Amino acid sequence: MGRRKMEEAIFKCLMVASVVIVVGVLLTMIVMVIWRGLPALDLSMITQTPKGGYYLGREGGILNAIVGSLYLAIGATVLAFVISLPVALFLQREYIGRARFAGLVRLCLDILWGIPSIVYGAFGFIIMLYLGMRASLLGGIVVLTLLEIPIMARAMDEVIRTVSADLKDASYALGATRSETAVKVVTRQVLPGILTAALLAFGRGIGDAASILFTAGYTDRIPTSLLDPVASLPLAIFFQLGTPFPEVRERAYASAVILLVIILLISIASRLLSRRLAKHVVK
Amino acid sequence: MEKGLSRLIGRRWADLAATRLMFVATVFVASVAVFIGIGLLLKSWPILEARPLSELLFSSVWCPSRGEFGFYPFIMGTLWVTGLAGIIALPLSLLSALYLAEYAPNKVRALVKPALDLLAGIPSVVYGIWGILALSLGGISIGFNVLAGGIVLAIMVIPVVTSVSEEVFRTVPRDIKEASLAVGATRWETAKHVVMRASLPGVAAAVVLGFSRAFGETMAVLMVVGNVARAPSSVMDPAYPLTALIANNYGEMMSVPLYDSALLLAALVLLVMVLVFNVAARLALARVQRRWA
Repeated sequence: MGRRKMEEAIFKCLMVASVVIVVGVLLTMIVMVIWRGLPALDLSMITQTPKGGYYLGREGGILNAIVGSLYLAIGATVLAFVISLPVALFLQREYIGRARFAGLVRLCLDILWGIPSIVYGAFGFIIMLYLGMRASLLGGIVVLTLLEIPIMARAMDEVIRTVSADLKDASYALGATRSETAVKVVTRQVLPGILTAALLAFGRGIGDAASILFTAGYTDRIPTSLLDPVASLPLAIFFQLGTPFPEVRERAYASAVILLVIILLISIASRLLSRRLAKHVVK
Repeated sequence: MEKGLSRLIGRRWADLAATRLMFVATVFVASVAVFIGIGLLLKSWPILEARPLSELLFSSVWCPSRGEFGFYPFIMGTLWVTGLAGIIALPLSLLSALYLAEYAPNKVRALVKPALDLLAGIPSVVYGIWGILALSLGGISIGFNVLAGGIVLAIMVIPVVTSVSEEVFRTVPRDIKEASLAVGATRWETAKHVVMRASLPGVAAAVVLGFSRAFGETMAVLMVVGNVARAPSSVMDPAYPLTALIANNYGEMMSVPLYDSALLLAALVLLVMVLVFNVAARLALARVQRRWA
């Protein structure tokens, strides 16, 4: 009896300790990055593009990277949404019929989920070479779309699966077709979950550097066409960190704070949105 | 009547068209993995033809300008860093998840859970920056090596694995937990024998999820792992994972013969590893589930 009680106590301690370590380390991480980044963060960082000598520590900002990242992530998220939603709806029983095919598609999505983003980048680069394209906004968007699809489709699939058969049967009983039911009943029922999935993918897209390293390029200007190269925040951080000048490295930390704030805003937005949209849900 | 009928036909037609479109989208998405595989295989074919596979995988000599392409150091680099991350992250994540699911007061869970979800969404460059900052803290520097890479990766993976496994643990029905407690098991024994066992498939999925991320992570690792092309023999050695190899050299390899082919072979190796990992996890799960069904 004593041994069992002891085991209980020991493991409880271990569990509490792990939670404390996990939460502690993660909080320290955020605090450290913000602490180092805030002093170098000023208005010119977010309102100006790099001026001559910016990478030597002279003036300018990273507006090019902020706008570039938003273009890339918004473009990719919209495209991925248009492709993922039909896929997620199709994976449900009334469409796909055979469970084996659904399982195969889910396996493919899981594998795509696991493919390293650098592999997407390399693959995208091969395709672009083949088509004779240069590194550009379009290339970056397409590669990010491929990266986001498995994240979005799987997350949507999970929420759409939770829609009860009764609700769908009620819709069919009134004479609605499958696509009418899918659009007007199922999608509306899980709208909060669908948007959360989209924002999750957006977050992954805006933070990913490896996939756009070769496909989107880097430039100090804000792109004006889909075929222009485009800068991005993660790469801005990476390149600034790689310079030998302390002032520029400080700006890398500041850029990281900007990226963190964007991610934080997305997270809050997704929470608010899902609460707001939950009012359409039939309980 | 006529109008009603044509409307009916229209709706039926729209339904069929939508179904077709959805089918096409699904087939497209499912085949992307195949396309990537074929594309990489075609592009790495020149080097696979020029060198025996065993030499490519097991030779430690990496000298592209002399035409020597041994991937062994990079494969070992990836395995060391991912393995170390797993050793650090798994116990911490699973214990935390168990605590949050089984022991924690509601208030603690309500606070920690959203924080974990938020952290899971933080971009990897930020983790990399933290790695560099933490490494350069005066006095306790551990240098750019496997240990640094493993720690940064572990911290990246922990929120994902913890959050997903906590959700899995919470789906275990209350009845069977209470049955276990009723026959005199302690809470930990219940957690160990009942909760853990009942949620094994889900937890395995969570672990695969976390590991896929660790394994393919490029930027955060690249920044702290040292990038020396020699197979590490201890955690204090620098390493050079496959992902970092591609990121560092792609784009400037055009002038050296076979170099681009070699780097795409590295990408193919990563793809195959992910594939094996996923399929093995699936098969293991199916087996476990059949035994208990």
